[in-house]
Amino acid sequence: MHKVVIPIGPQHPALKEPESFSVTLSGERILAFSARLGYNHRGIEKACEERTYLQDVYLTERICGICSHTHSTAFVQAVEEIAGLVIPERASYIRTIIGELERIHSHLLWLGVAGHEVGFDTLLMYTWRDREIVMDILAQVTGNRVNYGCNTIGGVRRDIDPSQTKDILKAIDTLEERTKYYIDIATKETTLIERLSGVGKLSKIDAVTLGAVGPTGRASAVDRDVRRDDPYAAYDKLKFKVVTDDHCDVYGRALVRVGELMESYKMLRQALKEMPEGPLTVKAPRKIPAGEATSRYEAPRGECFHYVKSNGTDKPERVKVRAPTLANVQTVAKMLEDGQLADLPIVIAAIDPCFSCTDRITLIKRSGSRGPAKRMSWEDLHTYSIDWYRKKGLDFTGLNEKLKKWI
Amino acid sequence: MKALFNIFIFPGFLFLFVFGLSAQFFDRRIYARLQNRQGPPWFQPLADFIKLVSKEEIIPEEANPNMFKAMPVIALTAVVTSILYIPMWSPKALSYFNGDLVVVLYLLTIPTLTFFLGGWYSTSLYSKIGAVRALTQLFAYEVPLLMSILAPALLANTWSLTGMATFYSAHPGYWLFNMLGFAIAIVTLLGKLEKVPFDIPEAETEIVAGMFTEYSGRFMALFKLSIDMETIVAASLLAAVYLPFWIGNGPAIGFIVYLLKVLFIIALLSLSRTVFARLRIDQMVSFCWKFLAPLAFAQILFNLAVKGFIIK
Amino acid sequence: MIRPGKMIKQVLGSLFKKPATTEYPFHKKTLDVPARFRGKLKFYPEKCIGCNQCVRDCPSNAIKIRKVADKVFEADIDLGKCIYCAQCVDSCPKRALEATCEFELASIDREKLKVTFRDNTKIAPTK
Repeated sequence: MHKVVIPIGPQHPALKEPESFSVTLSGERILAFSARLGYNHRGIEKACEERTYLQDVYLTERICGICSHTHSTAFVQAVEEIAGLVIPERASYIRTIIGELERIHSHLLWLGVAGHEVGFDTLLMYTWRDREIVMDILAQVTGNRVNYGCNTIGGVRRDIDPSQTKDILKAIDTLEERTKYYIDIATKETTLIERLSGVGKLSKIDAVTLGAVGPTGRASAVDRDVRRDDPYAAYDKLKFKVVTDDHCDVYGRALVRVGELMESYKMLRQALKEMPEGPLTVKAPRKIPAGEATSRYEAPRGECFHYVKSNGTDKPERVKVRAPTLANVQTVAKMLEDGQLADLPIVIAAIDPCFSCTDRITLIKRSGSRGPAKRMSWEDLHTYSIDWYRKKGLDFTGLNEKLKKWI
Repeated sequence: MKALFNIFIFPGFLFLFVFGLSAQFFDRRIYARLQNRQGPPWFQPLADFIKLVSKEEIIPEEANPNMFKAMPVIALTAVVTSILYIPMWSPKALSYFNGDLVVVLYLLTIPTLTFFLGGWYSTSLYSKIGAVRALTQLFAYEVPLLMSILAPALLANTWSLTGMATFYSAHPGYWLFNMLGFAIAIVTLLGKLEKVPFDIPEAETEIVAGMFTEYSGRFMALFKLSIDMETIVAASLLAAVYLPFWIGNGPAIGFIVYLLKVLFIIALLSLSRTVFARLRIDQMVSFCWKFLAPLAFAQILFNLAVKGFIIK
Repeated sequence: MIRPGKMIKQVLGSLFKKPATTEYPFHKKTLDVPARFRGKLKFYPEKCIGCNQCVRDCPSNAIKIRKVADKVFEADIDLGKCIYCAQCVDSCPKRALEATCEFELASIDREKLKVTFRDNTKIAPTK
């Protein structure tokens, strides 16, 4: 049959962030799949080097909108390790609680997105409605729905008072009941199962070879979880089970995520009960002594990795971030082998991609020029972009004034 | 003069325009309420239509401009024509002859064909994939739909919709025999109107907007409008074939009963698009041939038996 | 047991329930902003001692403290730059800054997002 290459992205309704995939199709069957990352490069690692450690906490928090607590905790943990700070126990419990609340909101969000990708918008509407419960709790505890701003070097900024504990426990009860309902739906609704099971197969051996992390790996029976294998915060004191599944397909990934939701509720109950009294922070120095440290954190999407190197000043020498999506994105090509076009959105969505967290570099391919690398300053880049658009016949100069006139 | 009035005002274009947009609102509102949402305000379909009409239309450079422009108009024309043969508030349609059932069914196939041609001639990759899917889907649902509508016609022993309405109003209660066919027709209608679980040709997460990807402005508005009108016409057809009761009590009551029947069918469609996930095209085709076609055949056999043992 | 249309009971139940969404810009009564919410900043000029701690810690350089007279300070806050982390509130030793619950700050004019807080009683009237 005739072969066609269709572009999925950089702008496409299936993708929530710009990223470019190119799919070679024969009819509806996928022959080849390739991904090109780099559309969301924001230079965050470089920006971290130019800010103080305290400012970096807020910057790393903005690497990802959904797992914002993940990145700030991972960064703060690395800095604390270099500075030799031991945070108070209450602070480590609060970090754990916020982290688990974040996991709940992220997994509920994923469930809705998965529903939307297979055309089941009702599931999206209901899960996102219930997700509001946990968003409200997060806003109540930390002061914001996303980018909680809860961490600081040496502890946490916000306490959980008894009335909030009561609210969280109440919310968990409602959410647990709703999650049971969604498990019921996911395992019984015929059309949903038809679309999820057997789709995007990733065998255990492939998952290990390609380095799949988080629910993507655990759904292929790779029993790995940083929370258990390398405990941080208060996870070593909590009892929980690492949810794995051997379906090795999108259905398995959905089961792992809803299973993790149920575990999170248990962990939250235990953490809230056992949280000791005490101070929230220890005094952190402004200048961090020279050294380097790595930090791992089990984000809702998988293992998140931060590396920080300090040189004795108040700014880090180097910060390196590896978001879980980078580890998982390679598996998509494997999952789509011999797949159908219709399964492409759900297979991509099943790794719960977060592309803008992933992008650490942008490569600009220019055919023919193989000269030495060129460095561009911010002003150069600005004029370059204006010229580039002008050549295409678009002139944005004076746009603000024009807009003002209309308004 | 009367013919012009029938075509352009009632029950032709203007009536279908108003009723189509209201039905779209009804569908969207019910869909929203089933999902525990607020839903759009009543003027939203009209506002969408006006917005689309006032927007610039872009025709792709590589598209065939004549085909690209003609298709929305043809779709609309076919739909408006077919309403004339469907009995609405009395057993008699505005125009009828023996065999108009087949004509209506074929007129209702034309919109899908125009979607295919419009998508194919806009030459975008997404449109082409959507267009091929639309045609594949057409072959899957058309046979069960035809067979399930054939069964009541067999029972009434006529090929005319008017004749069928006359038969069923003369034999009240006989429409109950066709309920299996009604269920099949509702399911296939979801395929015809390209709604979840059969919105495969325009599955937005896969192929953007399917065959409508390149359409914009007025042409898009006409396509959207013809889909809205097709919903009404198809629902009227189902109401006339499967729910032929309480007709012939004068135009006023008959008209209200007709509106209620159509809205009931649209509510059924909204409900089914709420509770299912979109199927893949291969699953859709095998579902239609493996389940719907044999069931529709069973309905035909059942009706033949009824005809043999009860009526005669 | 696997069966299609598993959600049908729940969706039909929703028909008779109040929708979970609200018509936001028209109906605001249902919004309750939590007390800890980090919204628009408020500056109390009389409390400021000009230590510039907030300026140093601000991740986005959104705040500037100006000395207008002896022991009289005013703050320029660019709400367009502010990321609403409220680190300045924590950094301030004199509690001269406060995060309010105000959050509807969108504007089509960048200039309108620049807010200056000054203590009008202490400034000597200039020409």
